[in-house]
Amino acid sequence: MAITAKIDVEEKDILESLRGFFRDILNVEEIKAVLVPQHLPMKNMVMPTLVTDLNQLDGVDPLAPAFPMNAAKIVSRLTRKPMGGKIAAALRPCEIRAFFELVKLKQGSTDELVLIGIDCLGAYQNNDYSRFVEQNGDQSTIKFYQNILSGKNGEIDGLNLAPACKACEYPVASNADILIGLYGIEVDSQILIQSQTNVGEDLLAQLNLSEINEPGIRQDTVADVIEKRVAYRDEMFGSTREVTDSLEKMTAYLASCVNCYNCRVACPVCYCKECVFVTDVFNHDPSRYLRWANRKGIIKMPTDTVFYHITRLAHMSTACVGCGQCSNACPNDIPVMELFRTVSQRTQEAFEYEAGRSLEEDPPLSVFREEEFPEVVGIN
Amino acid sequence: MEEFEPTIVAFVCNWCTYTAADLAGTSRLTYPKNVRLIRVMCTGMVDPQYVIKAFLEGADGVLISGCHPGDCHYINGNFKARRRIKLLKEILPQFGFDQERLRLTWIGASDGIQFAEIMQELVTQIKALGPSQAKLKMVI
Ligand code: SF4
Ligand code: SF4
Ligand code: FES
Repeated sequence: MAITAKIDVEEKDILESLRGFFRDILNVEEIKAVLVPQHLPMKNMVMPTLVTDLNQLDGVDPLAPAFPMNAAKIVSRLTRKPMGGKIAAALRPCEIRAFFELVKLKQGSTDELVLIGIDCLGAYQNNDYSRFVEQNGDQSTIKFYQNILSGKNGEIDGLNLAPACKACEYPVASNADILIGLYGIEVDSQILIQSQTNVGEDLLAQLNLSEINEPGIRQDTVADVIEKRVAYRDEMFGSTREVTDSLEKMTAYLASCVNCYNCRVACPVCYCKECVFVTDVFNHDPSRYLRWANRKGIIKMPTDTVFYHITRLAHMSTACVGCGQCSNACPNDIPVMELFRTVSQRTQEAFEYEAGRSLEEDPPLSVFREEEFPEVVGIN
Repeated sequence: MEEFEPTIVAFVCNWCTYTAADLAGTSRLTYPKNVRLIRVMCTGMVDPQYVIKAFLEGADGVLISGCHPGDCHYINGNFKARRRIKLLKEILPQFGFDQERLRLTWIGASDGIQFAEIMQELVTQIKALGPSQAKLKMVI
């Protein structure tokens, strides 16, 4: 039986309760470390930290509207070989989904892992978060979660949630081991804790939490959030299609791209160990550029910009989880996420696949059936 | 106006379609010179990037052709190719490439006559689509 329980919140301090919860988890014999987002002593940035010492959890803050990286990559790094002990990782739903994609590509494992999925309140883009923290100091996170959990849209001091978060229809994890629930919960007094798998149930059973029933209003609240997100998303698909539906428009869309490839470095599901675009294949012989230029009289340098993006789409769009880290990483503010999500929507639909939904579903390009897609074969 | 002569890049597998092309040649069958054959060991090794590159360089059509289902010399390369074609047919039209410009066929080693016929038909169809946008516009 799945466990539904609560942890108490004292003096309306959600973060302190969460810290207490992570301390309790770290206290469990079999858990050797927790991976949690934490304020670093320098500069207030929030980064994933791997903690083994109970006294090193004071800066834990999974609710800050900061999303400097998709931690799926970190979890993959920690689990690609046996680590020699179990860890509990607190992640956003899009991080769990991206991690699932990596597990399916054998770049990570859930064997020594307890996944803790926290209701995601969204985040600002990196630059915006820095400004937000500058203006609000210690109060930043509180101000933010109060805004979101009271049903507002996260717009504070003229700052807005990242487009990826506004368009994200997965604010609540469905495939974690343990869920930390905030939406539709009286967070002034309690936080919802729920097991979603046997692994989660086993761990929760050791914590002696007081069990409760899930408040009826939670599902409605979540459905409400999702409905708004889906509306934003569909509008985003429409407006993105409009500005990318020909080569000429794509050329304008990507005009300021400098082929730095930051977007693929930041992408949690760009799975190749070595990207073909940074190999010698693209270190063309100087004379070839002249030849290419001669064909139309002009080529833009660096070359292969559209080629890079469409190839990346072909390679990973069926795994795109829409986390928005590509846009976050772009030095020239190209709306990369918008493009990738829009195209991914169609490629994932074509294979009836949803990135990160389940470990049981094979990535579409890794399998085939003997009888399928007759419509793509033949010339008539 | 000069008649439009399309450029078609065809990735053909060594064991079936390339052999069929060879047979067409030795049987003195003719097929349009618009088709540029690129011999690959198996359709299963045609990474989507080859197809994308061909289109961005101005190919008016791209054909991938290999062994019939069950005949692939690497067991299932052609099934993998079929999924990739399905994928590309979802992606490329989103950027204005008519999905008809990308084709997949199975042409067995002994089908020399069929090879010549299919190439003829393909050229006719691509001609009707007119020149590809990449041919006319600067691509960055
Ligand atoms: S392409 Fe962008 S939105 Fe999609 S998974 Fe990668 S970083 Fe996230
Ligand atoms: S991060 Fe931006 S500039 Fe760099 S390759 Fe990606 S889209 Fe281009
Ligand atoms: S060998 Fe011909 S398709 Fe694989």
